[in-house]
Amino acid sequence: MNPDPGNDPTPTLPAPVLASGARLIACRECDLLQYEVALGNHADAHCSRCNSVLYRGTRASLPLMLALMASCAVLLVVSNLFPIAVLEVQGAHVEATLINTVVTVYNQGRELVATLVLLTTIVLPAIEIVCMLYLLVPLALGRIAPDTPAVFRLVLAIHPWSMMEIMLLGVLVTLVKLTDFANIIPGVSLWSFCALIVFFTMAASAFSVRDFWSWVEERETALDMKESLQ
Amino acid sequence: MPSALQQGLASCHSCGMLSRLPAHARGHCPRCHARLHARKPDSLSRTWALVILAYILYIPANLLPILESRALLTAESDTIMSGILMFWESGSWMIAGLVFIASIVVPLTKLLALTWLLVSVQLKSRRRALQRTQLFRLVEFVGRWSMLDIYVVALTVTLVQVGTLASIEVGPGALAFGAVVVVTMVAAHTFDPRLIWDAAGDARE
Repeated sequence: MNPDPGNDPTPTLPAPVLASGARLIACRECDLLQYEVALGNHADAHCSRCNSVLYRGTRASLPLMLALMASCAVLLVVSNLFPIAVLEVQGAHVEATLINTVVTVYNQGRELVATLVLLTTIVLPAIEIVCMLYLLVPLALGRIAPDTPAVFRLVLAIHPWSMMEIMLLGVLVTLVKLTDFANIIPGVSLWSFCALIVFFTMAASAFSVRDFWSWVEERETALDMKESLQ
Repeated sequence: MPSALQQGLASCHSCGMLSRLPAHARGHCPRCHARLHARKPDSLSRTWALVILAYILYIPANLLPILESRALLTAESDTIMSGILMFWESGSWMIAGLVFIASIVVPLTKLLALTWLLVSVQLKSRRRALQRTQLFRLVEFVGRWSMLDIYVVALTVTLVQVGTLASIEVGPGALAFGAVVVVTMVAAHTFDPRLIWDAAGDARE
């Protein structure tokens, strides 16, 4: 039997639940099957064989995640409006924002490098933040955003490519490097960028995939109940 | 020790949920609808292709200049290594060390580590599976930090605008180096660390 891959009629079933009610999980790095156990807040479950993180315990509540993401959105906008560093030498005054850094590299004929910097420091983080808000705001309002699974997968896929903290280190290295030649002044955006990275990192470490899906399930159940009562 | 594969179960690469997936069957995660695979598809061949590509790109990344400065009578170009030496000679030892680690040590480590992981899996080695998994984790974690030099170069050419008689520009090496970073990051993503344990697990049966 060779099932047509594009039209598989058999739905995929979740793994069987054990008689004790415990669910099974497999380590993503060594594939060992293990039981899930209840975790305290902020605790993580690790694979008993290779110590990889299996899943995270409950972390931030939905309102906290939402507040962190909304702050990130504001900080991202601010960080792109103002210069991140300013150089002054012999009467010349040059300001660098994230965007004019990209434009400068682009104008020098290095379009692909410019695109790489643009994507990793502005576009992909922005998409991630917008998508998280898209997912979380409806949940906070008791609803589920359309295409939640697809948007969720998008967020997980692009997260490794948001490299703002590396850009921050790059700014610091550049400031130190150029300080011998000229007067370098950190710009307004440097501070908002720092704050953005702090909040973004907090949000990333506070995000628990299990929490997210449990919020979705709660809303699903609540909506189903409402429908059946009507 | 039972693995999910042996029990006809597959873990979703996206949300982590375990589902039933008989061997060679296709399916989608019931929760997040991602495509389910028992193992990452074509993991070894894709990762080999990317690692080889990265080795090839590593040569121009280090030989071609990453920064080119032109003044009225002189032209100077800096490769990654010569840039590091400049930092060192001007006394910025910590920056020299930092850029050396980010731009030379890290990419080379990633390439060598991935090569070793690939070879060890192909040879069905059963030794030191835990250490190899830890090495893989290191490769995954550390890979993105090599982008540091790209950002430093981009910021430098933006800030140092000394007028029409002189210019500092991003060199062609930057593209090759950026490509090495991206390709090795993708290679770490296509490699399935569970393959390490598939061979190690066989030994116990």
